[in-house]
Amino acid sequence: MESVAEVEAAAQKLAAEAGLDEDECFHVSMAAREAAVNAVLHGNEYDPAKQISATFENTGAALVIAIADQGKGLDPATIPDPLAQENLLRGSGRGIFLIRSFMDEVHFRQLHPGTELTIVKQLAPAENET
Amino acid sequence: MALTIASREVDGVTVLDLGGRITLGEGSVQLRDAIRSLISKGKKSILLNMGNVNYIDSSGLGELVSAFTTAKNQQAEVKLLSLTKKVHDLLQLTKLYTVFDIQDDEAGAIASFK
Repeated sequence: MESVAEVEAAAQKLAAEAGLDEDECFHVSMAAREAAVNAVLHGNEYDPAKQISATFENTGAALVIAIADQGKGLDPATIPDPLAQENLLRGSGRGIFLIRSFMDEVHFRQLHPGTELTIVKQLAPAENET
Repeated sequence: MALTIASREVDGVTVLDLGGRITLGEGSVQLRDAIRSLISKGKKSILLNMGNVNYIDSSGLGELVSAFTTAKNQQAEVKLLSLTKKVHDLLQLTKLYTVFDIQDDEAGAIASFK
């Protein structure tokens, strides 16, 4: 779990240095943490021989965080909806939902092996909102 | 900050005063073990005082749900007390606010078990 804590801390720092407010920093760091947890737990299946990698970038227009695992790969279409009535009492399955709720963009890329999850938080309103 | 758990009894209700983070790993395991221990001892009324829980991740949410269902299957009840804003917002976002009995004050929470 040290790597998960490191990812969370790095995301928190990235968001704070970008000038995001407390709530936004929480959202970004939590999304990054959930992505790292997914990579360790579901991607690498807790295999100590496998690693996760994380990159953090402030492009000026957005914060871009990419987290990759070395696992079998994940098809996001197979993730059940945690808000569906039949899934509400499941003990897991809310991580990706939280990531999508807190970030502006979420992208999955299959690495063969592994999956890379890129999450993006815009720093300025999108042009089509003005 | 790891999760701290302190237990006390009030009018037949076991109150677990939680503090810190309920997250994947130590925190969520501690909570799971504490609740299962209480249920195995025959405790039927468990109140989780969340007033000092400043962070919960999806694994922590999962443990709360597991606690709820484990208790229900054993004819016991788990209720939540004094959610912080962050935890409250997460429970609303994930619709878990509709699952749990959430109380704002301890006296009312204790009385609600009767």
